[in-house]
Amino acid sequence: MSEPFEPKIVAFVCTYCTYAGADLAGTSRMKYASNVRIVRLPCTGRISPMFILKALQKGADGVLVSGCHPGDCHFAQGNYHARRRWTVFRALLSFTGIPEERIKFSWISAAEGAKFAELINGVTEEIRSLGPFEQYQELQKIIETQSTY
Amino acid sequence: MAKIGVFVCHCGENIASMVETAKLVSTIADHPGVEISTEYKYFCSDPGQETVKKAIREHNLTGVVVAACSPRMHEQTFRKACAEAGLNPYMLEMANIREHCSWVHTDKKEATDKAIEITRSLVEKVKRNNDLQPISVPVTRRAMVIGGGVAGIQAALDIASAGREVVLVEREPSIGGHMAQLSETFPTLDCSQCILTPRMVEAIQHPNITVMTYSEVEEVDGYIGNFSVKVRKKARYVKMETCTGCGDCIQKCPVKKIPSEFECSLGNRTAIYTPFAQAVPNVPVIDRSRCTYFKNGKCGICKKTCQIDSIDFDQQDIIETLEVGAIVVATGFQVQDTSGYGEYGYGRYKDVITGLHFERLASASGPTAGKILRPSDGKEPQTVVFIQCAGSRDVSKGVRYCSRICCMYTSKHAMLYAHKVHEGVSQIFYMDIRAAGKGYDEFTRRAIEEDKAGYIRGRVSKVYEENGKLIVRGADTLLGRQVEVQADMVVLATAMVPQHDAKDFAKKIGISYDEYGFYNEAHLKLRPVESSTAGIYLAGACQSPKDIPDSVAQASAAAAKVLGLFSKEHLEREPVVAMVTESTCAGCWGCATACPYNAIDHRDINDRNGNLIKRVASVNPGLCQGCGTCVSFCRSNSIDLAGFTEKQIFAEVMAL
Ligand SMILES: Cc1cc2nc3c(=O)[nH]c(=O)nc-3n(C[C@H](O)[C@H](O)[C@H](O)COP(=O)(O)OP(=O)(O)OC[C@H]3O[C@@H](n4cnc5c(N)ncnc54)[C@H](O)[C@@H]3O)c2cc1C
Ligand code: SF4
Ligand code: SF4
Repeated sequence: MSEPFEPKIVAFVCTYCTYAGADLAGTSRMKYASNVRIVRLPCTGRISPMFILKALQKGADGVLVSGCHPGDCHFAQGNYHARRRWTVFRALLSFTGIPEERIKFSWISAAEGAKFAELINGVTEEIRSLGPFEQYQELQKIIETQSTY
Repeated sequence: MAKIGVFVCHCGENIASMVETAKLVSTIADHPGVEISTEYKYFCSDPGQETVKKAIREHNLTGVVVAACSPRMHEQTFRKACAEAGLNPYMLEMANIREHCSWVHTDKKEATDKAIEITRSLVEKVKRNNDLQPISVPVTRRAMVIGGGVAGIQAALDIASAGREVVLVEREPSIGGHMAQLSETFPTLDCSQCILTPRMVEAIQHPNITVMTYSEVEEVDGYIGNFSVKVRKKARYVKMETCTGCGDCIQKCPVKKIPSEFECSLGNRTAIYTPFAQAVPNVPVIDRSRCTYFKNGKCGICKKTCQIDSIDFDQQDIIETLEVGAIVVATGFQVQDTSGYGEYGYGRYKDVITGLHFERLASASGPTAGKILRPSDGKEPQTVVFIQCAGSRDVSKGVRYCSRICCMYTSKHAMLYAHKVHEGVSQIFYMDIRAAGKGYDEFTRRAIEEDKAGYIRGRVSKVYEENGKLIVRGADTLLGRQVEVQADMVVLATAMVPQHDAKDFAKKIGISYDEYGFYNEAHLKLRPVESSTAGIYLAGACQSPKDIPDSVAQASAAAAKVLGLFSKEHLEREPVVAMVTESTCAGCWGCATACPYNAIDHRDINDRNGNLIKRVASVNPGLCQGCGTCVSFCRSNSIDLAGFTEKQIFAEVMAL
């Protein structure tokens, strides 16, 4: 048997809730899988779908988006906008052939350190079972036409 | 060329025991753009910070990455160090290799690899950081207090006494709020009017306070330090400037049978009236809907009576726009409408009343001159039953919370009743007695021990009439049986609920509220007097049910926050705000509709002759909170967020 596949997962999180929740998991010394890399943003409202495509293009096997609980956003409605956008974005994903299961959405508050640790373990396990993501070449085209960077 | 310094902290053993810092340092040293990479036991310590500063100066660093704890811990520390060494403080990023790495992983190799990737991606980000300057906004050092109850009066007096101007806006003809209606107040039983009236007078006479009664806020524009508020001054039909408050007009007005709102309809008022004798200002208003002159042009007796010609039937509402830097919302509460309480007979039986009615009956200046007389026949009731939690803590009535004051005022009512009707019997149905507060438990004890208040633990299921007596049927859960008590009068301790228009008002001024309509504080524990909107503060019962001591304490706290804001002429804010690239902006306003803070406006670009070339989006940095929602909405990449630009984040992702 070969070594088990270790997925790479990029997480886009808001600084007020989920990032703080991850900090809490740390200060509580909870242990979880090391596969996730966090990108800190002010609010989930800032997370553009292009970030997700970029991460997948760069070789991430999965993407996690996590912010404050609905109705609990530091920025009044940012996460509400984010949620609406994801609904549309999901449709686009399946259209481009990226399986929806590669992208996870969740809401984690600053108080939910344990939930954060569980989430990371859960997501890592799920993406691991999906295996490596190899369709990113196809994404190249989309990204080149849409992004200036 | 980027010259980045990377400083890897051991945090004692906290990081170094799981992450191989030497490997991290050497790997990052080879990364393009990294000028110096080094490690130390505690970079947050004084010698640690000195090392960073020295490196910035010696190597002319253009950016710094501190690989250590969470930015929520020490970002400010290192920003300050950068600034002291002459580097723009926003050229710093923190790589969180403690909370997000060494503390949560158990495999050294995995942790080290992860730490390298985290640090590398932030090096890539910091290379694209820009020099930013904190945003400075001027502050209009004048406050508006909305609501002239005891909370609003206190906040206004505190701000004014510290030397700042205040506009106090009250929608009723007089300030005073609910406290003006109360008889005596727990836990000291001092007369409410006696302690409140002097404060009302102080407020109206204070040189720094402008009191606007019979006025309502129509619109709030602007942002912290710079609000512009439109206030409607409703027509009083009495000239404020000349009226002396002699009251001749009130005496002569022939329309006398209007149920008085202030007296909870236990007494009447005229069409031209002041809500109560000690009203401040003591200038009457004409109730247009009841006045004969406004109905058919006849009467005008008040005008003929007034010796100084202060009646003016032609007055119109006036809209005034006021510039203020801070707003204190102190709009108070109302008692729950008990019409949903068919089983308690409210509205059906005249002698089933609310606690507020009881206050008016017990008040020396009330409709019965302080005698406890029942509304139906004016007789002195020999037994009074009080029902606590009438509405509160009752899911079926839509109020899950405890109103906090009813246990106390019911004890007070039983005491006042005992003091006035010596042979009277009081029975109180209660769920628990909640008397937490200075002198509060002692107070309820006194009601039981000295004033013979009879407490029955249990809920009331029904109040009905039999042979001219009210019968209260309920459970006595301590004795485990049903009880029926005869009563001459029943007093419901109805729930304290938000003002009927609380939600609409919140939307008008842009603050958030809970499921009931009480206004949300920025943080329940740590920022209890700030609303969710910067520059708008909360005081009193509009935030949650409160008694007078708590309302006053919160009002003084809100005043302190306002004065803190007013302590400087300018306000400094984090420069994380959106900015528009005008050359590419297509003027689609996608960003403007997305912005939850209405921070995006139009801006016209004109040529030299003043002809419009195009219209672009323009961000008001005072209003922008830096959420970045607009950025992800822009289809032409024309709007970006300082500190979290598209370039920065893409670079960060690419390096992971
Ligand atoms: C029956 C009863 C007995 C009580 N007994 C006691 C007691 O013995 N001891 C004690 O400590 N507490 C007692 N309380 C509680 C006390 O009444 C409150 O704590 C206090 O009144 C709260 O003050 P406030 O200023 O927050 O609100 P309020 O007194 O409600 O004042 C709010 C003011 O804002 C005005 N307003 C509302 N909306 C607007 C608007 N949109 N624009 C302009 N103005 C507006 C209102 O007209 C009002 O004047 C009792 C309460 C009740 C109901
Ligand atoms: S004009 Fe109106 S307010 Fe004046 S006395 Fe007549 S009814 Fe009263
Ligand atoms: S960053 Fe947020 S608050 Fe600022 S303009 Fe954009 S959407 Fe509005």
